Amino acid sequence: MSATATAHMDDHAHDDHGHHHHKETFITKYIFSQDHKMISKQYLITGLIMGFIGIAMSLLFRMQLAWPGKSFPIFEAVLGKWAPDGVMDADIYLALVTIHGTIMVFFVLTAGLSGTFSNLLIPLQIGARDMASGFLNMVSYWLFFLSSLIMVISLFVEAGPASAGWTIYPPLSALPQAQAGSGAGMTLWLVSMAIFIASSLLGSLNYVVTVLNLRTKGMSMTRLPLTIWAFFITAIIGIVSFPVLLSAALLLIMDRSFGTSFFLSDIFIQGEVLHYQGGSPVLFEHLFWFLGHPEVYIVLLPALGITSEVIATNARKPIFGYRAMVASILAIAFLSTIVWGHHMFVSGMNPFLGSVFTFTTLLIAIPSAVKAFNYITTLWKGNLQLNPAMLFSIGLVSTFITGGLTGIILGDSTLDINVHDTYFVVAHFHLVMGISALYGLFAGVYHWFPKMFQGRMMNKNLGYVHFWITAICAYGVFFPMHFIGMAGLPRRYYENTAFPMFDELNDVNVVITIFALIAGAAQLIFVYNFISSIFYGKRGPKNPWKSNTLEWTAEMEHIHGNWDGPIPHVHRWAYDYSKTREDGEYVIPGQDFAPQHIPLQEGEEEAHH
Amino acid sequence: MEATVTSTENEGKVWSGGNKPLAASYGKMMMWFFIVSDALTFSGFLVAYGFSRFKFIESWPIADEVFTHFPFAHGQELPMIYVALMTFILIMSSVTMVLAVDAGHKMKKTKVAWYMLLTILGGAMFVGSQAWEWATFIKGDYGALETKGGRILQFVDQDTGKRVAIADFAQELPGERAHHTRKDGLWFTKEGSLPSYSVNEVVAGFNAHDNILIRTEFLNEEGEKTVLTRSESAKKIKDAVLVVEGANLIRNEYGSRLFADFFFFITGFHGFHVFSGVVINAIIFFNVILGTYEKRGHYEMVEKVGLYWHFVDLVWVFVFTFFYLV
Repeated sequence: MSATATAHMDDHAHDDHGHHHHKETFITKYIFSQDHKMISKQYLITGLIMGFIGIAMSLLFRMQLAWPGKSFPIFEAVLGKWAPDGVMDADIYLALVTIHGTIMVFFVLTAGLSGTFSNLLIPLQIGARDMASGFLNMVSYWLFFLSSLIMVISLFVEAGPASAGWTIYPPLSALPQAQAGSGAGMTLWLVSMAIFIASSLLGSLNYVVTVLNLRTKGMSMTRLPLTIWAFFITAIIGIVSFPVLLSAALLLIMDRSFGTSFFLSDIFIQGEVLHYQGGSPVLFEHLFWFLGHPEVYIVLLPALGITSEVIATNARKPIFGYRAMVASILAIAFLSTIVWGHHMFVSGMNPFLGSVFTFTTLLIAIPSAVKAFNYITTLWKGNLQLNPAMLFSIGLVSTFITGGLTGIILGDSTLDINVHDTYFVVAHFHLVMGISALYGLFAGVYHWFPKMFQGRMMNKNLGYVHFWITAICAYGVFFPMHFIGMAGLPRRYYENTAFPMFDELNDVNVVITIFALIAGAAQLIFVYNFISSIFYGKRGPKNPWKSNTLEWTAEMEHIHGNWDGPIPHVHRWAYDYSKTREDGEYVIPGQDFAPQHIPLQEGEEEAHH
Repeated sequence: MEATVTSTENEGKVWSGGNKPLAASYGKMMMWFFIVSDALTFSGFLVAYGFSRFKFIESWPIADEVFTHFPFAHGQELPMIYVALMTFILIMSSVTMVLAVDAGHKMKKTKVAWYMLLTILGGAMFVGSQAWEWATFIKGDYGALETKGGRILQFVDQDTGKRVAIADFAQELPGERAHHTRKDGLWFTKEGSLPSYSVNEVVAGFNAHDNILIRTEFLNEEGEKTVLTRSESAKKIKDAVLVVEGANLIRNEYGSRLFADFFFFITGFHGFHVFSGVVINAIIFFNVILGTYEKRGHYEMVEKVGLYWHFVDLVWVFVFTFFYLV
C-alpha cells in the first residue's frame, strides 16, 4: 500500500484499538463481550437454538394435521399432560402454532438473522474497529437472550403458553377466560416481546449510526456492499415499526391486567357480562400490522442483502444494477409502511380502504421484481461457483419468486377473499419470507463461517446434502399447500375431520408432513456440520471465496479492533469481479477480482455503477 | 501493489472516513434515532386515541368541563388554567435546558449546573402537577349515574343551567349496610368501598327536587351536552344501575370509558418519560458538578439529554393539544 495517512482522527478512539490489546477474562471475552464478532456468534447460536425449538414444534403439529387424533409416543414424551395417551390436545396444538410463529419470525429470522449478520458484517465490511457503542450492543444481545428465556419459560406455564396465534388478536388474547393460553402464558409472551423490542431498538440504533459514522476512508454510501445497505435499511424499518408494536402491546397489557377497554367491547363469556365497553379489536389489528408488515421486510431484506453479496462473489460478476438494487431496498422499505391493511381485508375494515391498500401492495411488486431480475441477470453467463452458500442464494431467488407471485393474488382484496385464512396464505408467506429468509441465513452461515470461526470452513459435501434435501422438501411441503388452500382448507384448525369435504385432502396433508419430517431431519446434518466445523473444520485461506469486500482483509484470528494494522482504505466499489482492461486481461493480472482496498490500477477507470 | 496508486478525480468526492458525515457524533445520532422510535410509540397511542374518539365523536366528554380545577381555588370553574400553567412550566424548563446547552458550549460549568438544576426543578414541578391533576380527575366532582347500557347520566339545575353534584340533592335513606366480616368467609380480606350514595338515594333526591334535570353524554347541534326535559329525565333515571364518582380505568363520571382510559394511559406514559428525564437530568447535573464534562473537554452529554428533554416537551404539546384543546 502506498503511504496513505493512516492516523485519522477519531474522537472515539476506535482506531487505536488495534494497537494495544485489553486483557480479557473468560467473562468479558465469551459472555459479556462487547466485541461485535463475539456478539454476532452469540446471536447466531441463540437464534439457532430457538430455531431448533420452533422447527421441532412445527413437526409436532404437522404430525397432528396428517394423522389427526392418532396417538404418538413422542407426543406423550414431549407434551406430557397436553397429550393424554399420546393424542395431541387441541389447546396445545394452538399453542404450538402460536409459539412456532413467534419464535420463527422474531427470534430466528429477526434477531438470529439480522442480529448475527449485521453485527458481524457492518464493522468488517465498512472498515470499522467495532460498533459505535459496544456496550449498547452487548446490552442488546442480553436483552434478546432474556426475552428468549422468558419465551421458553412460558412454555412451562401450568395453563399452557400463549395460543392466540402469533398475531395475538384480542379479544382472544386479552381475556384469560377465553382460552387457557390467554392467562399467564400470554402475559409472559407480552413481557418477552416488550423486552425483545427494546433489544431490537438498541441493536438497530447501533447499526444505523455505525453505518453512517464509522465508514473507513473512501467508503462512500454508493460503495457500500449491498449487504450493508440491506442491514442499514432493515435497522431503520425496525426503528420505525417496532415501537408501534410496543404501543399495541402496552395497550393490550392494560386491557388484560388493568381493566381498560382499548380493544374490548360488549363481551359475554359463560353468561357473564364483562365491563369492557367501547374498544375496538380492529384498532389492535391496525397497530399490530403497522409493525407486522414491515416485519416481513425486516426478516427478508437481510437475506436479500446476503444473497446479493454471495451471488455476485460466486458468479464472479459484478452485481447487476447496483443502484437499482439500492433504490429497490429503499422503495420496499418505504412501501412496507403503507400496506398493512392487506392483512385486514376481511376484518371489517372499510372496503374502500381495502382498495387503497390493494394499490399500495401491488406497487411492492415493482421493486421486488427489480431485485429478482437483477439476481437472475447477475447469474446470467456467470462463472458460477456452486458452493453451498451459492446454492442457498439461488434457492432464495427461486422461493422469493414462487412466494412473491402468490403475493399478487393475496394482495388483491377481491381475490384475497376467496383464499384468506387458508393454507394458500400459509404457503405464500412461508415461501416468500420463511424459507427465503432461512435460505439467506444458511447462505450467510456457509459463506461467512470462516470469518466467524477463525478461518475454519464448513464441510462442503454435507452442505450439498443439506441444501438439496432442504430445497426439495421445502417445496414438497409448501407447494401442495397452495392446492389444499385453494380447495378451501382453513389454516389454524386442529383437525379437519369434522368436514367431509376435506377428507380427500388428507392424503396431501400426509405428503406434506412426510416432507416436513425429512426436511427437519436434514437440518440435523447442518447442526452436525456447524458444530463439528467449529472444532475440526479445515482452515481455508484468508479470503476463501476470493471476495472483494473488506472483511476478508481483516485478521483471521479474532482480535478486538479487527485489523492488526491500520484500517484499509477503500478505492472502489465492492463488485469489481472479472473486470478487464482494454486488452482483455484482468485489471490485476491473473486475478479475476479486485478487492475494495486495492487502488485503481494504471489506466483503469472506476466502474460506473 | 506499490507504485500503482492513481488518484482519480472521484477520490476527492468520496467520503473521507473518520466520522460525522451529518456533522453529528454517533451518540447524538443515536439519540435522534431513539427519538424517532419513541415518537412512533407515542404516535401509535395518539392514533389509537383519535380512532377511538372519532368512533364516539357524538358523545365524547368536553375537556373544558372536566379540567376546571385549580389548587386552593375551590368551587371556581377555571377551565384549562391549571394545565396551561403546567405546560408553561414544562416549556420554561425547555428554555433553561437550551440555556444549559448554550452555557456548555461556552464551557461555563457553574452556569450549566444552575440551568440544569432549574430544568430539573421544572420537570419535577410538572410531574408533581400531573399527580395533582390525576388526583383531582380520580376524585371527580359532581358524580353521575350509570345506566344498564353503560351510559353516564349527569345532573343539571333547571333554573341556573349549572351542573349539580349528587351530594347536593341526594337524600339519605335509612338502611343498614350488611357488613361482611372475617368470620363469614374463609378468604375474606377487606371490604370494597361503596359510593357515598346509593342509586335509590339519588333517585329519591331526584324525585324530591323538581328543578333537577338529567344531562346525557350526547352532544347536540351546538356542541353541548343534551339536557333532557323533566319528564324525559324521570323516565331515563329508571335505567340507572350504578352511582359513579370520579374516574378509574373501568368507569368514570365524565362519560365514555375510553376517555379516562386514554387520559390515564397517555398522560401516564408521558409522565413516565418526564420522570425518567428528570432522573437522567439529575445524573447529568451531578456529573456537571463533579466536573466530568469539564475534564472531557465538552458538554455533549448535556446536549444529548437536552434533545431528549425537548422531545418530551414536544410530545406534551401534542398530548395537550389532543386531550385538552380540541
